[in-house]
Amino acid sequence: MLTIENLTAGYGAVPVLAGVTLAVEGGLTGIVGPNGAGKSTLLKAMVGLMPATGQVWYGGQPLERQRERLAWVPQRSQVDWTFPATVWDVVMTGRIRPRSWLRPLTVVDRRRAIAALERLGMAEYRDRPIGRLSGGQQQRVFLARALARESEILLLDEPLVGVDRPTEEVMWSVLRELAAAGKTLLMVHHDVGMARNVFDRVLLLNRRVVAWGEPEQVLTAANLQEAYGQALAAA
Amino acid sequence: MEILWEPWQLAFMQRALIAVLLVAVLCGVAGSLLVVRRQALLGDAIAHSLLPGAALAFAVNLPLSLGAFAAGLLAAFCMAVVPQRSPVKEDAAMGIVFSAFFAAGVALISVIQKERKIDLSHFLFGNLLATTPQDLVEMAIATAIVVGAIALFYKEILFYSFDPEGAAVAGLPVRTLEVGITVGITAAVTVGMKAVGVLLVLAMSIAPGATAYLWMPRRAGGDGHGGLLAASAAWWGCTAAISSTCLRGPPLCW
Repeated sequence: MLTIENLTAGYGAVPVLAGVTLAVEGGLTGIVGPNGAGKSTLLKAMVGLMPATGQVWYGGQPLERQRERLAWVPQRSQVDWTFPATVWDVVMTGRIRPRSWLRPLTVVDRRRAIAALERLGMAEYRDRPIGRLSGGQQQRVFLARALARESEILLLDEPLVGVDRPTEEVMWSVLRELAAAGKTLLMVHHDVGMARNVFDRVLLLNRRVVAWGEPEQVLTAANLQEAYGQALAAA
Repeated sequence: MEILWEPWQLAFMQRALIAVLLVAVLCGVAGSLLVVRRQALLGDAIAHSLLPGAALAFAVNLPLSLGAFAAGLLAAFCMAVVPQRSPVKEDAAMGIVFSAFFAAGVALISVIQKERKIDLSHFLFGNLLATTPQDLVEMAIATAIVVGAIALFYKEILFYSFDPEGAAVAGLPVRTLEVGITVGITAAVTVGMKAVGVLLVLAMSIAPGATAYLWMPRRAGGDGHGGLLAASAAWWGCTAAISSTCLRGPPLCW
């Protein structure tokens, strides 16, 4: 069980996101809301990448102390794609644990990384510099890294933005597989129309929780109007 | 052809060559880190900031490199803290801190010059031909420690440099890594200062790293090649330097 208690986050006096409280037990949760609603902020605040108050627990322990159970898929625009690393280098970073300072990566680490690359159809690109990948391939590499980490919780920040159709398909199938295996996935998603069909649960945000639960209960006309204003609810 | 090998029969030239080779390996490896982390000018800023430390150490008869290293660390600390505690951006903070340190260094040296004989250009451009055996030992130790540490923590440094947020989320001690990398770079430019001086040490760091970056698609090769390239360039630089009448430092930086 992943529990968020009264999470408030932001840099200045006015928080970007206020008083988020919810509990998730496995499955694929979509985080939707308008631009500036605090969707990415929620993920970042959960893992300490921005100042926040409140608590995040997993299995009764603070998430802070269980980083090895967590995988992070950043927004593609957040990454320096000119960095001189190969696909293999990036996927192997998924196997680096805290407190494994002097431990070299092992055969098991390699096997997991290869399996993850194969699952996403990227095995043949393992020696390619990341700067020479297409947008969809770059996003697959990051999901492969998360997969190689064998974590119980995955936090994904808009992983499907700007990816091609085949990539979208393979990524959805991996995400559903993980959800079916009991992992907890929180994923920021821009497409509200699609959210109805693909997520087990939806969190509708606009600087606070507008609604949370089953997609059909959350994505009602009234809730959408509250989150997005008149324009989208009419559409 | 004789001009190519004749100088190497002199002991001070042999020491100079060993010194330059050590600096080339150390600065080449540390400089590759600067290049891939897009912090090339941080190295220059730290190098300029070594000056007041070296001058103070000279005034009180401490080893120059000790003073220079301390000043470099203090400057790096200021450059990191100012943007965190104020609205001043990183590049502006860097410019303010290093120019203030450098100015203080020049002022200190001009004061010290009244009491004791000291040449400012030795600090600015290095005094390679005066390298002592003791200097060589210090350089070798610094090179072994810094290059060894980078090799030992290579996977963590790679992760943190490529994806600092991802490394933080994964639970790596990112603050310790940042401090460690900065200390290593400061040590590298301090050692480099002895050979080529505070103004030009950046060339020893950035040029090999950048060249390796062009050749290699990944840093795994980049780091080692930076060192090798710098070492081979150092040989030609040294030979050219002794054959001409110009200062010893600048030809190395070509």
